[in-house]
Amino acid sequence: MRLAQHMSVASDRVRSTVIEANEFPELSRAYQVMGVPKVVINDRVQFEGAVPEHDFLGAVLQAVETP
Amino acid sequence: MPIMNARDQAAVRKEFERIAGPVKLVVFSQSLAAPELCQQNEQLVREVAELSDQITVEILNLAIDRERAEAYGIDQVPAIVVEGSRDWGIRFYGVPLGYEFSNLIDAIIVASTGEPTLSEETLASLRALASDVDIKVFSTPT
Repeated sequence: MRLAQHMSVASDRVRSTVIEANEFPELSRAYQVMGVPKVVINDRVQFEGAVPEHDFLGAVLQAVETP
Repeated sequence: MPIMNARDQAAVRKEFERIAGPVKLVVFSQSLAAPELCQQNEQLVREVAELSDQITVEILNLAIDRERAEAYGIDQVPAIVVEGSRDWGIRFYGVPLGYEFSNLIDAIIVASTGEPTLSEETLASLRALASDVDIKVFSTPT
């Protein structure tokens, strides 16, 4: 998932962590990882599978929206 | 026994021709927590670093180097922080093999250039962010 890393470089606001799901079963359970790649943004927005850049950005913006 | 074979090394060396500046890989280990994975992770990072003069490695201990871990926001091992001219916020938890290995190589290159490959629309939106964004990407080697 290169987009997340590139977004980190693009903005000081963005941190990205790639997590090896098998090696962190507790984290994977906590975030209900059933398939990979699974992306979780600010513990608010999540999706599974590779998505186009525009959609990934949409998820980021949705995650920072004031509820 | 090396993790990377000669073919892998040649492929990574070719990718690393795009490295534009120094990169530091800060590795967090803790032998009590996950000895084999931490050892494997350290070995992998060292093998990668050997393929470019621009890459340096620092190995830290999560239990001992607590202040550094806190500053990086690291609370799991094995972990890798990929730093370029500054800390861009790129982290890896677990040994990045297989598919994740190509992510690590790409992270090293983009950390060195500081020039993300993203559309103008994305760059403009990210520059305008008013709050922090934490992206977790769960992945597996295959």
